[in-house]
Amino acid sequence: MADLRTDFVGIKSPNPFWLASAPPTDKYYNVERAFKAGWGGVVWKTVGEPIVNVTSRYGAVEHNGSRMAGFTNIELISDRPIDVNLREVKQIKREWPDRALVVSLMVPCDEESWKTILADVEDTGADGIELNFGCPHGMSERGMGSAVGQVPDYVEMVTAWCKKHTRMPVIVKLTPNITDIRYPARAARKGNADAVSLINTLASVIGIDLDTMAPLPLVNGKGTHGGYCGPAVKPVALRMVGDLARDPECRGMGISGIGGISTWRDAAEYLAIGADNVQVCTAAMHRGFKIVEDMIDGLSNWMDGKGYRTLSDFQGAAVRNYVEWGELDMNYEIVARIDQELCIKCGLCHVTCEDTSHQSIAALRVGGERRYEVIDEECVGCNLCMYVCPVDGCITMEPVDNGKPYVVWADDPRNPANRVQAAE
Amino acid sequence: MTGENALPAQPDIAAGRLSQAEYAHNFDDIKPPLTPQQAPIDASRCYFCYDAPCIEACPTGIDIPSFIRKIASDNIRGAAMDILGANIFGGACARVCPVEELCEEACVRTAQEGKPVNIGLLQRYATDRFFERGEQPFERAAPTDKRVAVVGAGPAGMSCAHGLARLGHEITVHDARAKAGGLNEYGIAAYKVIDDFAQQELDFILAVGGIALELNRALGADLSLAGLRRDYDAVFLATGQAGVKALEIEGETLEGVRPAIDYIAELRQAEDLATLPVGRKVVVIGGGNTAIDIAVQTKRLGAEDVTICYRRGPEEMGATWHEQEVAQTSGVGIKHWVRPVRLHGANGHVSGIELEYTEPGDGGRLTGTGDTTTLPADTVFTAIGQILIADPLIDGSSEPLDIREGRIVVDEALQTSLPGVFAGGDCIAGLDLTVQAVEDGKTAARSIHRYLTR
Repeated sequence: MADLRTDFVGIKSPNPFWLASAPPTDKYYNVERAFKAGWGGVVWKTVGEPIVNVTSRYGAVEHNGSRMAGFTNIELISDRPIDVNLREVKQIKREWPDRALVVSLMVPCDEESWKTILADVEDTGADGIELNFGCPHGMSERGMGSAVGQVPDYVEMVTAWCKKHTRMPVIVKLTPNITDIRYPARAARKGNADAVSLINTLASVIGIDLDTMAPLPLVNGKGTHGGYCGPAVKPVALRMVGDLARDPECRGMGISGIGGISTWRDAAEYLAIGADNVQVCTAAMHRGFKIVEDMIDGLSNWMDGKGYRTLSDFQGAAVRNYVEWGELDMNYEIVARIDQELCIKCGLCHVTCEDTSHQSIAALRVGGERRYEVIDEECVGCNLCMYVCPVDGCITMEPVDNGKPYVVWADDPRNPANRVQAAE
Repeated sequence: MTGENALPAQPDIAAGRLSQAEYAHNFDDIKPPLTPQQAPIDASRCYFCYDAPCIEACPTGIDIPSFIRKIASDNIRGAAMDILGANIFGGACARVCPVEELCEEACVRTAQEGKPVNIGLLQRYATDRFFERGEQPFERAAPTDKRVAVVGAGPAGMSCAHGLARLGHEITVHDARAKAGGLNEYGIAAYKVIDDFAQQELDFILAVGGIALELNRALGADLSLAGLRRDYDAVFLATGQAGVKALEIEGETLEGVRPAIDYIAELRQAEDLATLPVGRKVVVIGGGNTAIDIAVQTKRLGAEDVTICYRRGPEEMGATWHEQEVAQTSGVGIKHWVRPVRLHGANGHVSGIELEYTEPGDGGRLTGTGDTTTLPADTVFTAIGQILIADPLIDGSSEPLDIREGRIVVDEALQTSLPGVFAGGDCIAGLDLTVQAVEDGKTAARSIHRYLTR
């Protein structure tokens, strides 16, 4: 049985599955239910000067019958008084000492505001704080949330204030609504942050109601941009986590991975690309807290199958293989192979290759029967047919032994820079 | 004979065997329609194949992947027009097509996982939703001065009439029955077309304009082929097969021995199912879908024992595997490898049927074993096939219409041996399916248009 315990910048939890700062963690009642269900930790919904929320608040993208493939919200931070929140934090931490409890904070961008609230949070016995520099909607209009996270100087400044005024670990939650995630992360590092968590939601308009001609979700005939999350954003987040995991300037900071994690497999991918633990929200909002059972069980079973005893046995294992394009092998060659026994004759490999790629799959009729065959000379090994094929294992990409060495772009004779050199 | 199998001296035939609630339940939609929630999910199972095998398997060539994709994107009008443009009876076919032997059998998901896309139900969803809107989407071309007579207001005749009306011609459809629709109105099992759908669909087809119905007019009695040829610019024969084959065994004329199609028609026209008399013990002779339809419907009307007797095995049955399953799950027994040899009677009414066991002989020829068994029966339905009533087609015509092996002979364009006379549907050789009849009507409309504008 694999050991799933984690020690994230000094914060211990029985498993790497935390609930992210969001509606599921906004009061004692929910958090107690989460801990009973087995969640290893919770980041309490962002505490700050209470706000007013509107109705409605959520929107969702349904894809091929899959509800909430993408999800958006226009909620703000907690609408309950700071002291009520902190009293409940204190109570739940006392009752569940083995679980991680981190408080997300968002206050105006002045040192005094942060200093005041930090003292109050410390008093609850919480394990750490997470600075909400991420929310892209509402609060950002008031100079908070992503308005801070988008300016590296502010990130560094506020992080430094927090480190100065508390002994609790400081986690900086990053917004993905920037051009290069490394800049705000490096700023957090300069401010002595213990960790970053990412990603917060993507600024988005989830859809347009074509009857009322207004963006969704509707608030009395109007809409505003919201924060996008759920399974659809996972690729964006994985890339950003990987970018930080391999950035020498960010070395030493913990990384809490967030974005579309619905299963143990998603979590394993985050850990492999450099996260130390993960935070979940949309999946729980879709199906309730019980999903954590399979996350724990599935991760543990997978680790047992692979011979991993602890999370650190594979944590970050994919980072060294996450390289820049220029470091890829220019000589590597694969071609598509169609298993005719498995082929169900849907023809998608042919028509997509024919219409949108390299015209390398022939549509034949042999004795009246449909037959699709790869034209090896034309195949560029792009993978498209393998992905459009609805039958697992029917189309595979087979390496071609071309006898050529591993050559990166810088050394490739086809690189114009090399040709110029040769000419001189 | 004694005990259970003793032949009854008095037939037990009675109406009102069930409560109204039981009738309502038994004759409700056998395949409930998809809900607006289910439809896009089912639609998303379609792979949108290239050179899709389902299209090839559809006699009317409906672009199935295209209409399914339009359902998925909530383009219901587009989906319905893909269907109705290829098959004006798309609503009926969605209900009665043996999809398990056509599009759904060809569906690549059948090969992949034995579970095809629900093409029939999706087609019904698109057409039902479209019909709810009450829109008439078809327009007629500028009027020609050509008049065409169609004989038979079933799927072939109406499909042809609709196609020709759209091309600007004036059509008169003659039918011997009191209502138009042919087998859709009189021959389909009631639970396959509930809520008077056949008439609603006809109304939709007629709404295009230019089609006059002449009902209660039978070829041979009120009409002659020669007269139609004289009075119209072209004729389309879609008479179907109105005759039934005889068993040709002793006792065939006893009371209580009836062609299945007659009772099915009565059932379809019944205002109140509780008024329909049904036997307690019913035997059905035959192995096609009509045999299944009569057996299941009599069972659902409250018959106690219903047994289909078929001379060969399950694979040889004309009824699809799906229809055979429907029979079995409805509590109908199927007796294979038996053939009727004699009908027993008491007081002029059938009381039982004597069957001989059969086996495949040399070269697959059926042979009797000589062993027999006798089943008691209050009613015996024959469902051993229908035949073309040829006499009216020949009588009164100076030139004979070429009819071979009980079917009107046509060329690829569905032209008969007589100039200007075309034929399609069950009266010509072919699949004997609604969907094939519709395709024949489509083809004939094109051919007749070419003939009229030559």
